[in-house]
Amino acid sequence: MAMDWVVFCKDTLSGDVVSGCLGHGRDITYLNWLFTAWGWTVAVSLAALTVALVVGSAIGMIRTLPDKPWLVRLGNAWVELFRNIPLLVQIFLWYFVVPALIPSMKAFPPFILVVLALGLFTSARIAEQVRAGIQALPKGQRYAGMALGFTTPQYYRYVLLPMAYRIIIPPLTSESMNIFKNSAVAFAVSIPELTQYALQVGEETARPIEVYIAVTVLYAISALVINRVFAHIERRARVPGFVSSGTGVGGH
Amino acid sequence: MNLDFSIFNWNLIQNFILKGLWFSVMLTVVATAGGVFFGTVLALMRLSGQKWLDAPAALYVNVMRSVPLVMVILWFFLLVPLVIGRPIGAEYSAVVTFTAFEAAYFSEIMRAGIQSIPRGQVFAGQAVGMTYGQNMKLVILPQAIRNMLPVLLTQTIILFQDTSLVYAIGAYDLLKGFETAGKTFGRPMETYLMAAVVYFVICFSLSAIVKRLHKKIAIIR
Repeated sequence: MAMDWVVFCKDTLSGDVVSGCLGHGRDITYLNWLFTAWGWTVAVSLAALTVALVVGSAIGMIRTLPDKPWLVRLGNAWVELFRNIPLLVQIFLWYFVVPALIPSMKAFPPFILVVLALGLFTSARIAEQVRAGIQALPKGQRYAGMALGFTTPQYYRYVLLPMAYRIIIPPLTSESMNIFKNSAVAFAVSIPELTQYALQVGEETARPIEVYIAVTVLYAISALVINRVFAHIERRARVPGFVSSGTGVGGH
Repeated sequence: MNLDFSIFNWNLIQNFILKGLWFSVMLTVVATAGGVFFGTVLALMRLSGQKWLDAPAALYVNVMRSVPLVMVILWFFLLVPLVIGRPIGAEYSAVVTFTAFEAAYFSEIMRAGIQSIPRGQVFAGQAVGMTYGQNMKLVILPQAIRNMLPVLLTQTIILFQDTSLVYAIGAYDLLKGFETAGKTFGRPMETYLMAAVVYFVICFSLSAIVKRLHKKIAIIR
């Protein structure tokens, strides 16, 4: 089976091969389009990662608060809710159901809805890790903070969280790589990201193998970059004497 | 905005939902069984200490784990017919894909499980004259599987959720059943909501059972 990589140099409208492989202005080649799709994948993933980190941290912290049983229950319910419904179903809910039930969300572009879906789905998993990270700390750290006269927000901010975040970097790495992989599910609501590109261009050009290879390589590169960035952060932020395993299983 | 769930009668459930549920459950069971089997083979290859066994297994596992499942589904849907020379349909393609894909994830679980067995047990097996195969089959693997049972089952729950991704190739799974019903009766919102409820009830109950099992096993050990 012969490969035909020239397909990426073709103009998306006329099908002519463009010299230099990249089109200009309104004439774009499949290669231009591929990079745009990669951009969408990166944009969806990074935006969702931000949502997931912010919401996940808040929920994770809430679940470790002392003397606040109702907040803890609320946090637990959040995690169970977002963890036990498949991501694809959640994306459909955000896309088809939520705007119909909440009219003010009709104006939201699909990109925002997908970011919310992916971000909140992942927030449940990050909340679990933040909770585990805080609970993995010796009880004495909390008491030490109290003994210094810190209020609850203060000892969380100055004592518990700086420690907890540093020891959960390995599972956070896996989760960040998972977000990149899970962003592929956004194809289902026609976000023009890599998987949507693969489906559409594979069909248009009748060259699915070349197209899938290119897309797969870009996913692998994205995963590798995330992995290296977090490995760097982990080296810089390692807490001496605290070793946590990075082999989080499950989740794809 | 008013929701109307009255379309959910036994007829609809039987014709659309149960058909999809059957496929999702079948896919989960087959992929778990196949995935644990091939995953164990991959784990044993990686722990063999032989480079020519370890390297290909490691490559396979790492490639599978760095690519989105949706892309793997599309790859198999494209490649399997090319390899065997005839189209096999979305459902069979999904079974092959999930078995191959989950093998990579289960192999990491099995590897951790095998490594959790104290070395002394291996030596004890050798001391009573067992071969490598006997030692694995009679001493190591039964304990490894038992130790990893909660993690294996958790992965199976994730696998059940992931079966919804066969949407990409149009196989008729649980989600597709709800979606088709929604399109047929012009009630997409209600069916998507019900899909979420059904997935939630199934996965939440299963994870509650796994949690109890985990506690039970943790006490015995």
